[in-house]
Amino acid sequence: MRENDVILQTVSKIAVFIILTFGVYLFLAGHHHPGGGFIGGLTLSSAFVLLYLSFDVETVNAGIPLDYRKLAATGVLISVCTGMGSLLFGSAFLSQTFAYFNLPLFGKTELATVVLFEAGVALGVIGVVVTIITSISGEV
Amino acid sequence: MTLIHYLILMPILAAAFIPLLGVGAPKLHLGWGAITVPILLFSFFVSYVPAIASGDVFSASVAWMQALDLHFAIHLDGLSLIFTLLITGIGSLVVLYSIFYMSKERESLAHFYAYLLLFMGAMLGVVLSDNLMVLYLFWELTSVSSFLLIAFWFRRKNSRYGAQKSFLITVGGGISMLVGFIMLHVMSGTNSIQEIIAMRDTLHEHSLFVPALVLILIGAFTKSAQFPFHIWLPDAMEAPTPVSAYLHSATMVKAGLFLVARFTPVFGGEATWFWLVSGVGIFTMFWGSFSAVKQKDLKALLAYSTISQLGLIMSLFGLGSAALQGGASTESVLYTKAIFAALFHLVNHSTFKGALFMIVGIVDHEVGTRDLRKLGGLIAFMPVTFSLAVISSFSMAGLPPFNGFLSKEMFFTAVLNANQMTLFSMETWGLLFPIVAWIGSVFTFAYSMILVFRTFLGPYRREKLEKTPHEAPIGMLISPIILCGLIVLVFFMPNQLSHYLLSPAMNSILPTYANMDGLIPHISAWHGFNLELLMTIGVAVIGAVAVKTLRYWYLVYDFFPEHRSIDSGYRWMLSAGERLSHQATSRYMTGFLRHYLYYIYGFLLLITGGTLLLSGSIIIDPSGDAPVAVYEVIIVLVMAAAAIGIPFTKSRMTAALLNGVLGYSIAIFFVLFRAPDLALTQLVVETVTTVLFLLCFHHLPEWSREERSLKVRLPKLLVSIGMGALTVLIALSVQGNRLFDSISSYFEDSYDLAGGRNIVNSILGDFRAFDTMLEVVVLFIAGIGVYTLVTLKAPKGEDERERE
Repeated sequence: MRENDVILQTVSKIAVFIILTFGVYLFLAGHHHPGGGFIGGLTLSSAFVLLYLSFDVETVNAGIPLDYRKLAATGVLISVCTGMGSLLFGSAFLSQTFAYFNLPLFGKTELATVVLFEAGVALGVIGVVVTIITSISGEV
Repeated sequence: MTLIHYLILMPILAAAFIPLLGVGAPKLHLGWGAITVPILLFSFFVSYVPAIASGDVFSASVAWMQALDLHFAIHLDGLSLIFTLLITGIGSLVVLYSIFYMSKERESLAHFYAYLLLFMGAMLGVVLSDNLMVLYLFWELTSVSSFLLIAFWFRRKNSRYGAQKSFLITVGGGISMLVGFIMLHVMSGTNSIQEIIAMRDTLHEHSLFVPALVLILIGAFTKSAQFPFHIWLPDAMEAPTPVSAYLHSATMVKAGLFLVARFTPVFGGEATWFWLVSGVGIFTMFWGSFSAVKQKDLKALLAYSTISQLGLIMSLFGLGSAALQGGASTESVLYTKAIFAALFHLVNHSTFKGALFMIVGIVDHEVGTRDLRKLGGLIAFMPVTFSLAVISSFSMAGLPPFNGFLSKEMFFTAVLNANQMTLFSMETWGLLFPIVAWIGSVFTFAYSMILVFRTFLGPYRREKLEKTPHEAPIGMLISPIILCGLIVLVFFMPNQLSHYLLSPAMNSILPTYANMDGLIPHISAWHGFNLELLMTIGVAVIGAVAVKTLRYWYLVYDFFPEHRSIDSGYRWMLSAGERLSHQATSRYMTGFLRHYLYYIYGFLLLITGGTLLLSGSIIIDPSGDAPVAVYEVIIVLVMAAAAIGIPFTKSRMTAALLNGVLGYSIAIFFVLFRAPDLALTQLVVETVTTVLFLLCFHHLPEWSREERSLKVRLPKLLVSIGMGALTVLIALSVQGNRLFDSISSYFEDSYDLAGGRNIVNSILGDFRAFDTMLEVVVLFIAGIGVYTLVTLKAPKGEDERERE
């Protein structure tokens, strides 16, 4: 399968960045528009999967030295811990809050704690998807 | 959160940080870090003594899950205070002792102290909780930490066996107790123990009252090693000796006694309660001491002795509960003496048994064996240890001038009082109590003497010992010296103990008698030549004769052969359970994927389809449907063609791609129905799954033609058609059934409530964040599962099961 993948490799080098950007956009857009942690995470992980498909596992691992199992665990931990955060302020577990700030360059901006929670979701999804894909393909 | 809440959580948090201390200060023996926790806790709880003694109680509650009536509620009264002082006081001494007992080089101290502190927190939780469910949580946590500590030397087969046994029995009892608690909740409508106590009069009539009582008692009996559940305690002696001293004599096994004491105001006065608690207790007392005499291992002897002493205290709680029959009167106040004796002996037992375990640990540590057949003549080498052993075991035997004498005399008083009772048909059976108690005490005297004299006196046989014995280091002696000091101190000043600790506890166990005259007896060492003293003298004389003629007694023990013991019954149950479940499992775990799918879909069809049919909810109401457009029909046709095509394809690749067609078409539907979030998710998920499918093909064998026989294909066809039909029916019926009002209006406020205009994500991340969080956790577990299954295979031939 690996004989004629020059085109695939060249295209993916560019496409991966487009997908990654799109994934980050989806993640950030989720509060008001379609997107969010789960779908953002999935899109990001599909970029990684594309890399793994067009190059071999060793090359990608050398380029992006990430332990995806730890990434997944970190994500889950973040999601759970942000829920605990609200306990410190006397609210129920997993209460989210938001506020508007005037930031330079951005102007009036809404900052919400749900972003942290969603970041955990996204990291968890990326970690799990890539772990599954690489552990299955690693057997080939 | 009040201070007491933090006191409960402190050891549990410390357990998490202890391993870090080991990394930070590698030269330090971790015990020095761990000991600060119980000492701090002890001083905090001591500071509550004056207030409690003057009649205060401390209650506080932190809301946890309102809907389940689950609150982190605590209640510190006299009864809890005794236990907290025992837990933290003995805990400090045990940790101090363990610093010299546990070698820093050889043992994994981080684990040891983490488990020990975890246990300490759990135990504090048990005695301080006012909420049934929280109490249960901590209760099971003590079982878990006990399991971990018994199996601390997990390379030994016996340790693992003992840990499993104690876990199965105590957790089994715990579950029964949970059911009892739920029944209590059903009866009273509250989880608060204090509220249940307040409404005790209304509960008696309820039909669940006696079942709840029995179930809760099973929990208490298993934990406190009462007959016939006592069999786990001797095996638990595989734990390191500090653990045995702490968990299996001074604290955890007393949790059952605590539970009985705590629920005496609720169940006391009920005949079932009286007979079960006192009867099981007194028999356990006899059986434990009877079995202790024949033991050859010092720790096993102490284990049976603990069983016996726990039985003694249990029977006293049972006898004392008679005082709650009818109202509080000057007559029935006589019976409360049993409860007082129980509390007094509970404290005394912790002092002398804690000391004895530490002494046996010293002998084991310095001599290298605890086998009575090898020991002897150690007095010349270990004079201090010998003196301590004399003090603590004479106290256990009930001799003056030690605290055991006082409580043993009160025990005799209580059983003699029981003989005079005129309720619960005690006129007929009452005489049994003093007789059994007396016989049990003779055995107690006998094994106490065996413990001291066989170990420290008699011939010294160097050739049987592994090393030359010598006196223990001072650090190991401090804790037993303190405990022995207490033994003597309590003998001379029992009324101070009674005033500060026992009388507040009496008030909380017997609320109807609170502060009544005659409730708190004056304890005096000399009370004239009465029957109790004569009984004690009789015990000493007959006991001494028994020890001298022990040889002949062993004939009696031959009547109880090993293969007819309760222990072998337990082993038979265990192996029969394994055999049975193995047979049952291998019957349906055939290894054929299609069979598993039949089970899953069969149940789904049966349950969901059955519910649909029986509840008559198949209502198809097309009136509210939107008009169907042409392009929708086209997509449906494409999907149908792809789906029908899959079973007829010749290669896996085609099947996977056709499956992909299905998935992408659904995404198009989502777009058409204006659900961009869903469409996006569906697209990406479909892409990733298709990739996964393609990757998996490398592992699969060639796609061979299946069996074409009707017998194989017909069930498949039926299940597929059934599932398809069911799904369509459900989808259509959902529209026709409006069981409740739509909740969508709530989510329309997402911008005001959650600051987000994307309703879907506001639901996911804010309104229903708990679901999302758990979904991520489930996803993670699934990922780890796939990873372990795929990559962590044992190399060929190394898997035990493969060789079979």
